[in-house]
Amino acid sequence: MDDQSTSDLMIQANDLTHFYGPQPAIEDVNFGVKKGEILGFLGPNGAGKTTTMRIITGYMPPTQGKVTLADYDVVEQSLDVRKRIGYLPETVPLHTEMQVTNYLKYMGTLRGMPSRLIKRRIGEVIEVCRLQDYHKTIIGKLSKGFRQRVGIAQAILHEPEVLVLDEPTIGIDPIQVVETRQLIRDLRSERTVVLSSHILPEVNVICDRVLIIHEGRIVAEDSPSNLAQRLQGVDQLQVEVGGPVQQVLAALRGVPGVTEVTHRNQQGRNIFIVQVQRGQDLRDEISRVVVSNEWSLLSMQLVSMSLEDIFLRLTTHEEL
Amino acid sequence: MRTVQAVAWKEIQVYFGTPIAYIVGMIFLVVTGIIFASGVVPSENNPFPEAALTAFFQSRWTIFFVILLAPTLTMRLISEEQKMGTIELLLTSPVRDWEIIVGKYLASLAFLVALLALTLYYPLMLFIFAEPDPGPIFSGYLGLVLFGASALAIGMLTSTITSNQIVAAIVGIGLIGALFVVDFSSDLVEGVASVLVNEIGSYAHYEDFSRGVIDTKHVVYFLSVTAVFLFLAIRALEFRRWR
Ligand SMILES: Nc1ncnc2c1ncn2[C@@H]1O[C@H](COP(=O)(O)OP(=O)(O)O)[C@@H](O)[C@H]1O
Ligand SMILES: [Mg+2]
Repeated sequence: MDDQSTSDLMIQANDLTHFYGPQPAIEDVNFGVKKGEILGFLGPNGAGKTTTMRIITGYMPPTQGKVTLADYDVVEQSLDVRKRIGYLPETVPLHTEMQVTNYLKYMGTLRGMPSRLIKRRIGEVIEVCRLQDYHKTIIGKLSKGFRQRVGIAQAILHEPEVLVLDEPTIGIDPIQVVETRQLIRDLRSERTVVLSSHILPEVNVICDRVLIIHEGRIVAEDSPSNLAQRLQGVDQLQVEVGGPVQQVLAALRGVPGVTEVTHRNQQGRNIFIVQVQRGQDLRDEISRVVVSNEWSLLSMQLVSMSLEDIFLRLTTHEEL
Repeated sequence: MRTVQAVAWKEIQVYFGTPIAYIVGMIFLVVTGIIFASGVVPSENNPFPEAALTAFFQSRWTIFFVILLAPTLTMRLISEEQKMGTIELLLTSPVRDWEIIVGKYLASLAFLVALLALTLYYPLMLFIFAEPDPGPIFSGYLGLVLFGASALAIGMLTSTITSNQIVAAIVGIGLIGALFVVDFSSDLVEGVASVLVNEIGSYAHYEDFSRGVIDTKHVVYFLSVTAVFLFLAIRALEFRRWR
């Protein structure tokens, strides 16, 4: 990141650390987001995604470290930063007693938009977020999915340079999840987006680049496809063996380089899932062990890991 | 300024959009109506009543009502935003902390003034049926508005420091009440302390207004209390970001 000039970067975060209590919620977090890029923060619950986003948006200052957005310091020039951000907080907190359009009008005025522009933009975002049938509805009466849309509508109302979306599809039904992802993808061409998620395929379909965050630290950073390639060495073998399950398990576990073996009964067939250390091909050794025990080796398959598996791996292992 | 207006306008709509506002208004009118009537209708205790609102302004019920009402009006202003999480979008909008506090405060002040305006039909009746002295009526209302304004500012502070509306209201009522009666305790201390306590208490400053006296000292007192507590509320909101 050091070789990039600052002007390319819309957001630059240096050594962010935040403490709520004695334990840091995030620690030494560094990243940059280029103009027009969609960056995804991926991590399980409690990883520190929300904390990071709250710092970027100027909701709270970091305990240590510095963030600039469009070259403005998030703490020192907070107002300049806030003018340029559209934010969808995790819980989508909206004024439930207000009508959708009135709420949007209120948010527009808070963002300093002239009333004519507010009027025009409300019409546009209502269409983009497909809220046409609900623009006079009291927000409290909307379903979660529609509230999410109102949340997105207020975030894009003032056409901000940066959009920060904290778990934009959490807690809404599957059809609405698909629609919301489509909506975010439609927005991508126009602005820089930072979003967080604990769902890997989501980040995979939406983002240009992924930061994987775990226990407050960034453990990996790459494009979704590169991330998969970097971890191709992590192999999983699916082996079908005719033999006594417990003994086969013990024998396979005894093979050097094997980290874990689990058994699955699939329609009367004994399938063993063998996890193999990175970069090792143990197919020879495994077949030899099976044959030398006079069991029958019925099939052996190298399973390429899905992104979900990689994610699990990334967030459950310290070293990467 | 537009932001202050937007914040205020939203809250005013909430005030007038909820039934509570009308219930509070009705109770207020009933209570003050009784006080007013007791002041101007001849009775055994008061055989030759004056055509004046002195009874209304000086009644401890009127004062008690304002002490109860002000924090009830302000309690939700910041507390609710903290509780519901809407404060996250408010504080990440390009709005200054003082604009939030002042906007919300002005909304509560507007509602209080509207409520007091409902009682204007008492002096109106006096003017129709008698010839009251307009001076004390004007000064009495001024005192009530100033006292109310200071009470709302105190309520604004307590709403900022907690996300629990009930706590905000109770602490507010306690603070306003204590400040109102603190000069009664001036006898307990001596010398400079006694003078100071006398000056800090709201009661002595309020009393003159209801007698028809507009003393700059008293006006400055209530405006200062208002300014100090609004300032503290703004600081409390700023501090909130650092927690
Ligand atoms: N307001 C808070 N007070 C205390 N601890 C918090 C608070 N918010 C988050 N945490 C803690 O900080 C860590 C990171 O939380 P968070 O940023 O919300 O993670 P994520 O959004 O990835 O789920 C967690 O351990 C969480 O318990
Ligand atoms: Mg979160």
